[in-house]
Amino acid sequence: MANVPKPDQLAKIDHRPPQQGWMETPVEFKPGNYLYACKPHNLEILGLPNPREWRPEEDDWKLPANWQEILLDGMKERLEKFRSFKLFMDICVRCGACADKCHFFIGTGDPKNMPVLRAELLRSVYRGNFTTFGRMFKKYSGGRELTEKVLKEWFYYLFQCSECRRCSVFCPYGIDTAEVTIIGRELLNLIGCNVDWVAAPAANCFRTGNHLGIQPHAFKDMMDFFVDEIEEVTGVRVEPSLNRKGAEILFVTPSGDVFADPGTYTLMGYLMLFHEIGLDYTWSTYASEGGNFGFFTSHETMKRLNAKMYAEAKRLGVKYIIGGECGHMWRVINQYMETMNGPADFLEVPKSPITGTVFDNASATKMIHIVEFTADLIKHGKLKLDPSRNDKLRVTYHDSCNPARGMGLLEEPRYVIKNVCNNFFEMPENTIRERTFCCGSGAGLNAGEYLEMRMRGGLPRANAVKHVHDKHGVNMLSCICAIDRAVLPALMDYWVPDVGVTGVHELVGNALVMEGEKQRTTDLRSEPLPGFEEEDDEDL
Amino acid sequence: MGAIEFKGKTFGVDEDGFIDSFDNWCTEWVDYVKDSEGIPELNEEHWKVIHVLQDYYRKHGIAPMVRILTKVTGYKLKYIYELFPSGPGKGACKMAGLPKPTGCV
Repeated sequence: MANVPKPDQLAKIDHRPPQQGWMETPVEFKPGNYLYACKPHNLEILGLPNPREWRPEEDDWKLPANWQEILLDGMKERLEKFRSFKLFMDICVRCGACADKCHFFIGTGDPKNMPVLRAELLRSVYRGNFTTFGRMFKKYSGGRELTEKVLKEWFYYLFQCSECRRCSVFCPYGIDTAEVTIIGRELLNLIGCNVDWVAAPAANCFRTGNHLGIQPHAFKDMMDFFVDEIEEVTGVRVEPSLNRKGAEILFVTPSGDVFADPGTYTLMGYLMLFHEIGLDYTWSTYASEGGNFGFFTSHETMKRLNAKMYAEAKRLGVKYIIGGECGHMWRVINQYMETMNGPADFLEVPKSPITGTVFDNASATKMIHIVEFTADLIKHGKLKLDPSRNDKLRVTYHDSCNPARGMGLLEEPRYVIKNVCNNFFEMPENTIRERTFCCGSGAGLNAGEYLEMRMRGGLPRANAVKHVHDKHGVNMLSCICAIDRAVLPALMDYWVPDVGVTGVHELVGNALVMEGEKQRTTDLRSEPLPGFEEEDDEDL
Repeated sequence: MGAIEFKGKTFGVDEDGFIDSFDNWCTEWVDYVKDSEGIPELNEEHWKVIHVLQDYYRKHGIAPMVRILTKVTGYKLKYIYELFPSGPGKGACKMAGLPKPTGCV
């Protein structure tokens, strides 16, 4: 694994473009700036083409002999199938509105990370092969041949885009560069050029139900652990059920919450909340993943993974699904589900059994976000909350890209946080809500070997956190995405030490006053609550 | 997949030096990782962590979450970092022959 330069070195970013033209500037694979190649067995599990051992930094990528034909045929097929792709290839006028909006451009200074130029990597091949003008005038019309050099450029930059869609907010034509990246990655998958950090979770999810490969008995062991932990903190024993037929609601969250800190504390928050309101719900060890790394592979793989949640909802006979604090799941659900796996006509429009609120916004998907569910509970006064238990925290909120831009969930998280915390501070307005900056590691870029690039891509987000840390003493960054919870701690350690990371439902769990609870002296992390500091001052 | 030769044994390893399969784990592998991690001598506490990891992996097919590891061993995370400078994942799991976790982690 590559060493990452120190922050003061990394912060020296040169935004001047190279002397030669972009088509003449080849990519250079160096440790820390690319992801490891997909392992053959993961492609085999998913039934994807060209499984073999290969390395991006080596000259020979072991491509099929007719790889150009495969890619161009694949491009043609997708131009006919996806009108959005065709439109985005034709319509860009290169106005430059998107140029400085990408966190990877800001953090690297590499002009090919300008969204306009990232899309141009594909657009030039489109123009050179699929337009009359381009076929006639090639380079003079901005077209080019699909060479191995171009292919390597695609791989390098399509996995340097986190599909966060911030650029699309600023495009006067509404070009969604993430859609271009998605098609580009799908094309690369036709010849077996994926990264393992995407292929392995997708294969695990397909095989065992979740990205981590947690099997049913292990999943139960982890849940049992959380039940014990909750009892230690609160004195209340919660009783979650697994794979229970006839439950009213199926709950699905990312497996990261089941396994990795600090997501595990958020999961404890879910368990406590559902227990307290007496929700008739079940977990599933089959649909045990909210996230969808298939989304970073191809439409077909995304569809196969998303289908599991609905197949399980049908099998268990639930009325609808509540989804946890996940990122990409919500983009898949809100923007693809209905035409891809839908209609989910065997489910009902979600209605809160506690407040009676009908969530018409989810009438197509039959799936609501836990934050909107909780916001509704608070709005109707159904929860007893003691926000002072979070008083040692000075909290800001990172709008996780996909819930924010992919489903418009902007107010509900803030409403919940303000009801469970007394100290809340917003980051500058051009870095939040629909203009939120990505964590820098979304869309399957959160691998250890990619740390330098992740620290670069996360710089704009970290910079905004530093602003509120310096100005308001913010010491906790909240978010509603499991990739965020996995990667923001490293980003904070690197750029803004002393700022922790939490999910919103960890904050809810801390503030929630439960029936029959003992006097709480610690928060969910077993750290002393305000006023109980003397009892335990050792850190875990 | 690269290969490492150590004390007459050959190990297949991935890009980060994790062993290719738990089935190929042996005490020579521990010696190899010990040297590359810069740990002078293994004591009982190192072995306790390794055995907890391996027992859990045999039973559940995955490494235990860090919170289970600290609870079962009774060692705080800070102390596990003292034992294994690269941490529970890149240090201890690697030495115990477990694969890296993937996904939102």
